[in-house]
Formats: sequence, structure tokens, C-alpha cells
Amino acid sequence: MTEAIAISDVAPDEVLRVEGLHTFIRTEGGVVRAVDDVSFSLRRSEILGVVGESGSGKSVTCRTLMGLMPSPPAWSIGEVHYAGRPGRNLLELRGRELQQLRGAHLSMIFQDPMSALNPVMRVGDQIEEAVAAHARLGPRDRRRRALELLDRVGIPAAARRMRAYPHEFSGGMRQRVLIAAAIASRPQVLFADEPTTALDVIIQDQILSLLLELQRDFGMSMVLVSHDLGVIAEMCDRIAVMYAGQIVELADAQTLLTTPSHPYTISLLRSLPDSEHRSRYLPSIVGTPPQLIDVEPGCRFAPRCALAVEECRAWDTELIAVGDEHLVRCRRHEEARRPGAWQEQSFV
Amino acid sequence: MNATMNPGALLLERFEARAGRRRGRVRRNATLIVGCSILGIVIVATLAAPLLTPYNPNTIDPLHPLAPPLTPGHPLGTDQFGRDIFARILYGGRIDLLIAFGATGVTLVAGTAIGLFSGYAGGWADSVIMRIVDLFFAFPFFVLVIAIVAMLGPSIFNMFVAIWLTSWISYARITRGHTVLAKGREYVLAAKALGYRHSRVMLRHILPNVVSFVLIFAMVDAVGNILLGAALGFLGLGAKPPSPEWGAMIADGQNYILSSWWLSTLPGVAIVIVGVGFSLIGDGLADLLRADD
Repeated sequence: MTEAIAISDVAPDEVLRVEGLHTFIRTEGGVVRAVDDVSFSLRRSEILGVVGESGSGKSVTCRTLMGLMPSPPAWSIGEVHYAGRPGRNLLELRGRELQQLRGAHLSMIFQDPMSALNPVMRVGDQIEEAVAAHARLGPRDRRRRALELLDRVGIPAAARRMRAYPHEFSGGMRQRVLIAAAIASRPQVLFADEPTTALDVIIQDQILSLLLELQRDFGMSMVLVSHDLGVIAEMCDRIAVMYAGQIVELADAQTLLTTPSHPYTISLLRSLPDSEHRSRYLPSIVGTPPQLIDVEPGCRFAPRCALAVEECRAWDTELIAVGDEHLVRCRRHEEARRPGAWQEQSFV
Repeated sequence: MNATMNPGALLLERFEARAGRRRGRVRRNATLIVGCSILGIVIVATLAAPLLTPYNPNTIDPLHPLAPPLTPGHPLGTDQFGRDIFARILYGGRIDLLIAFGATGVTLVAGTAIGLFSGYAGGWADSVIMRIVDLFFAFPFFVLVIAIVAMLGPSIFNMFVAIWLTSWISYARITRGHTVLAKGREYVLAAKALGYRHSRVMLRHILPNVVSFVLIFAMVDAVGNILLGAALGFLGLGAKPPSPEWGAMIADGQNYILSSWWLSTLPGVAIVIVGVGFSLIGDGLADLLRADD
């Protein structure tokens, strides 16, 4: 066991390494395979984008890594290694160990700033609480740190705002408060689970700039989850595309955007509006994602894929290396990449 | 509002009016104010009993038995032993309010703590605690309380013990339900994600968000406990004679109900007044807290 762990431990330039992560959720309808064989590594000071539609397992992956999935009904298997806890599988951490890791090493910001702040606590108290969670500080230092943080995330008149309750804040301001709480103990890894989905476009841009700025200043690694490929493309060093609980394509941002190799990624990119062809009809992906209960064997995207052939439905899927650090879960990736392969599918 | 105002200013004015209403909500919550006033007056009156009446509630006056209300010197009359009923109701109120606060307070705290733990811990601990709660719920409540008091021996303290043993279950169930709901909320996940201790997540992030539901129920329960205290007193299982507990007074007066109605009726009116007070506070709290959401 120890040897196996030593082999799969994180490399020097990595902070987090996830291998063969599965998360199952028991429901009345059966067991949902919410996360299915997800492997990736997160390098120091990089932003990894995770993109996919609702229900593709993005949030569950983050929550599993944070140890936040309720158990029961959810359980996970796999190997998760973190540079700050060499030789340990994070999935096996319990109680105190997990609590000391959260916030101080791994932290998370949530999708809905409206509900992620405690409605009955003053904002200042919530930040002070986050500051004090992993440090011994007197009340005065605590307050000073909290003020610094609120100031740092761009809350105007922070001293006065400390006494306000969350309902007195706008969505953007609340997300700033949550970011301040999440970085209060200088975590190494920040999971940002759709941090801007609930915000309007202007505020979205401000929040993303703030995250980018903080990530650079602190040298944090960040996992940015979004269903918005535009946001991901703009922010991330590497991108993982998720579909039906699996990573279907993983590459650095440049490669993924210029030579996408999985039909799902290609379809996603084709469905983005662009400024050159304003009147273009936007192609959508026909069909809906599969149910993750009693999953059919074979490629999960096959039923919606224009290139699917009979073998795809029987294929025991795996990630195939198609280039330098470019992984694709598609056995017809060459066809998918060939120019013209998608012509017959295009719309007038 | 005048017509020449620009739309923005109009909107602002409307918002300010709404904010004003919000602030005025406590003041305008007539139910809560009336309830608190009733209870406040009763509490002050029972505590200030020696100032309000010259009589000792247990002093027998064989010369003036069964004096009707409005007899000079005895505003609410006297009972079969010539004891002043007004004095007995005032002093007896101390016992009944003690039952309301003592019994309800302890079960409120204990039940809430148990429910909070049960809901937060989940798993087998939750199952075990909730099955125990189910077991208690399966017994007829009054019969259980009477059985426990009868077993321990009739006294006010044993009545407390019986209520403590049986009443926490409602609080545990209410708190547990809301805790399970709150546990899935993002602010609780966020608190966990920041590495807060379980005790902190429970006490500072979940409890304040569930306590309002329990408080509202506690007001109803307090009325129930007064009635229960009175019922046990009536059955001779609560306060012992000659202590002027309201239920015991009603029981004492039942032989005279046709000739001297005031012996039983007036303590009953006192129970009704306190009950209405608690109910109004419960309703008022519910309004106040509901409006917060």
C-alpha cells in the first residue's frame, strides 16, 4: 500500500494529483455515477478550467476533493494526493485532519453568493471567523486582517460594511466577501465552482479579474469550474472538458481551443457565437446528456455524436494521448480533427 | 408624492418607505406587543403579590367562607376556608409560571441540542436518536407524564422531571428537520470548506438559522405545560394542597361549582389569560420571523 502511494504521489511541480476518482451517489432510482474515472493533476500557480454542461460532474468533483459530499448517500474511490500532505490519500482523511486542511490548504468559493453567506451573521464577523479559523489571533489583529481582506477584494468603505448583514449587499459584493473568506488563510488551492454564474456580465468580469489578480499575487493554484467556455478560455492555462461524469478532453488552453479533438469539445466550440459571422445560425448539440444511472457501456457521447460508429458504442473508453499533454476520450479523434469532417452537419 | 418628481426619485422614495416599514415591523406587530404585555403584567403581578394584596394565600378565615366576588376586602371572593381567592391566584401564578418557564426552558434547550446533534451527525446516531423519539411519540403523552409522576410520587419537582423526560422529543424532531435542511445549504458547505470545527458550524451557522422555528413552538408548548400542570394539579399529582396552584384550585372548587362558581372559574380565567399571552407571543414571533425571509 505504501509503495503504491509513493508511486502516485505528486510530482514536484504539482500541488494536487487526482487519479481514478469515482463518486457514486445512492438515490431512490439507483446509484448515480456522478464522477467516473476522473484523473488530472493541478500544477503550481496554474488555473485549470473545468468546463461542461449541468450535471456533467464538475461541482461534484470539486466537492468530493474538498470532502464536502454528504456520506451517505455519496461515496468515492480513487487517489487524491496533495503536496502539503505527502503520502496521504485525501479521500481517506477524516474529522480533524480534513478540517485542518480545508480553508488553510484547499479552499472553495461557491456558485450562489446569495446563499453562501450565513444570513444571520454580520459580514465582518463572518470574515473574522474565517481569519481566525486557522490562526491564533487576538480580536484586534483579527479585525485588522478582516479589514485588509475586505479592502483587498475591493469592498468600498470596508470598515463601515463590516457591520452590515449579507442581505444588505449586492450579488457581486457578496461574491467578493466570499472570496475574501476563502483566501483568508492563504490556501494553496482554490476551487471556484461557477463563481460568476449568478452574476451579470459586467460584475462577472470584475470578479474574474479579481480572482486572476489574487491567484497571481498569492501564487495559488486554481480550479475554475464553469459551463461558460468563454470564461474558461479567457482565464485558464489548461482546460478539462467534462461530459457525463468523465473528462473527455484535457489539454492546455491554446491546444484545446485551436485543435479540439473530441467531438463534444468541437461541438461546444462550434456552438459559440463569434463576431465575424454575426448572422450565422448557431448549431446546437442535438439530444440530451445520458442518465448516469445504469450507464450503457461504450462512449457516453456516442448517441449525440455525428461521427459515432458501431464500435464507439462498445468501446471501453479511456483517455488517449494525441499530442504533448493532450488527452482525448475518443477513438475517432483523427476523423474528428480532419477538416471537412463536420461539413455534412453544418447548418445553413 | 408629487407628479413632477423624476422616476428615479420616486423609486427611491418607495424603497425608503419600504425600509421604514421594515424597521417599524416590531413596533407594528400588535400581536407580539399585546402578548408580551399580557405576560409581562401577569409576571409583575405575581412577583408583586405582597404589594397587591394584604392576605396570605393560605391563611384560613373561618368567619368568611365562600364570600362572593366584589365582597369588600375580597375583590374575587373567598373559598370554602375563607382564603382570599385574589391572593391565591396571584401567589399560585408563581407556581404556574414556574412550570411554564422551567419545564419549557429545560426541554427547549435539551431538545434543541439533541435535534441539532442528530441532524448534523446523520448516519446511525441520527437513526438511533430518531427511533427513540418515535418511541416516545408512540406513547400517549398525558398517560406517560401521569405514569412517571405517579411512579416518582406527586410533587411539583417530579412533575418537572416527567415533563423534562417526555417533552424534549418535539423540540428534537423540529430542530433535527431544519438542521438537515440547513446542512445542505451553501453557507453551511462554505463554512465547512473554510475548515471550521463541527461545533462552530453547528452552533454559529446552523443553530441561529433553525432556532426561530423552535422558539415559536416553545410558546405553544409553554401553554401546553401550564395546562398540563393544571391538569396534574387537578388530579392531585402536581402541587399539593394547600399550595395555591391554579389547577389544584379548580379541583378544590369543583364541589362548590353550583353554589359558588368563582372558586373554580376564576383560576380557570387566569389560565386562559396566560395561555392567550403565550399564544399571541408565538403568533407574533412567527409573523416577525416569517417576514424576515
